Amino acid sequence: MINLKNADPDFKWEIIKKEGGEGLLKCFGCSDCAASCPVRYFDDRYNPRKIIRLTLLGMKKQVLSSAFLWLCAHCHACTERCPQGIIVAEVINAIKNYAVEQGYCPEGYKVQLDLLRKMGRLYEVEDFDLKKRQKLGLPPIDKTIPEVKKILEYTNIIKYVNSKPQVPNTKQDDSSIQMKMEKK
Amino acid sequence: MKKYALFLGCTVPVRAQHYELSARNTAKELGIEFVEMSGASCCGFPIKAVDAETALLIAARNISIASKMNLNIITLCNSCTAMLSDAQLELKKNSFYKKFKELGFSYPHEITVKHFVRMLYEDIGIEKIKASVKKPLTSLKGAAHYGCHYMRPSYLYGFDNPEIPHTFDELISATGAQSIDYYDKKMCCGGSVLGIDENLAITMANHKLSIAKDSQADALVSICPFCTVMYEDNQRKAEAKFEIQYGLPVLYYPQLLGLSFGFDKNAVGIRFNRVRPNALLEKIGGQS
Repeated sequence: MINLKNADPDFKWEIIKKEGGEGLLKCFGCSDCAASCPVRYFDDRYNPRKIIRLTLLGMKKQVLSSAFLWLCAHCHACTERCPQGIIVAEVINAIKNYAVEQGYCPEGYKVQLDLLRKMGRLYEVEDFDLKKRQKLGLPPIDKTIPEVKKILEYTNIIKYVNSKPQVPNTKQDDSSIQMKMEKK
Repeated sequence: MKKYALFLGCTVPVRAQHYELSARNTAKELGIEFVEMSGASCCGFPIKAVDAETALLIAARNISIASKMNLNIITLCNSCTAMLSDAQLELKKNSFYKKFKELGFSYPHEITVKHFVRMLYEDIGIEKIKASVKKPLTSLKGAAHYGCHYMRPSYLYGFDNPEIPHTFDELISATGAQSIDYYDKKMCCGGSVLGIDENLAITMANHKLSIAKDSQADALVSICPFCTVMYEDNQRKAEAKFEIQYGLPVLYYPQLLGLSFGFDKNAVGIRFNRVRPNALLEKIGGQS
């Protein structure tokens, strides 16, 4: 149910300002993105066209608090087929970036940010790994790369590591649509 | 001798050493020299969803390391390839370049970023690879898994056909193996949503496992460490969830290539494959 009384007409302009959000206004709603989407193939809750339409209408809270926004696999299947030349996966990513700014950062991403802050990489390089590499004749690698922390501080992204959790809302979207989990 | 900077990323050097080992050994055989990128970090892709600009700056810093060496970058992971290629494009924008400079980084030489497999196809060529094959794997059927960021987005790569890709199939055929045609070849592995919704990610991985198995493939052939996490490491989970037995080996392409070069199975790190490819090795000549 869309109630335009709750619409924020500035929402789309906020997204357009973000890195990757530029193409948003060109969408004419043909649904090629949704038809090409491998995630949507398995899970009807995710629909790139719907996210873009809601954004254009200004349904800010509904979009930003939706858990389904985060299901985009960033595979660019949509980008290749958009007849308007919109880089759809980047538009969705721009909306994710904006959602984080507004306090909706999934916990998993906070963990990854923290790992990058501490080590500059996602997996810890233990002495065991270095020994294993040596045994295989592979060259040594750096255990930590502190310069990554410098970048996280420069863009001030580091502040999201400890930001207050706001659980994205899984209920307000189409709960009527059942997840297709049976074997294809 | 062709010389490149090798970008390892996060997953390959600690979780997929067999991929790295086989890539290095096959490259050496083909006359390629890899130079280490000292100080290289994560590519930035894992936090792109949090902030694209930060991810691009992390990627650009890695490009800076190779640029100072004046060497083109070779990557082993699809997502690293996309992230670094994106940053390379971004470096041409003034506003981004300014921030990059402010952080104290430099980009003295324009360099390119290519996936290992694309480099094999474009810089080495099918004919030269065929000429290096000493033990054609004619009895094998391989199911090519391209992964999303090998040829998409096409505006970053301008390589292969994003709708009907063929380069990787040709490279599999070059080893003597048959690259099978199967339904939904371009399907995403689900790796990107694993941290958000495991059920969905496993369902996506299961889709391709079941098709590849039905197509009589001896192995799924992967060129991305994260796709392999989904198809190999999570194969048990898919089997448990859908009450089915796959036992489908997942080989990295350079492993397959190395076997066709006549390498010993240790030179391509077969013992690190979690789904044991014993039947496959027996088929190609009793190495199991």
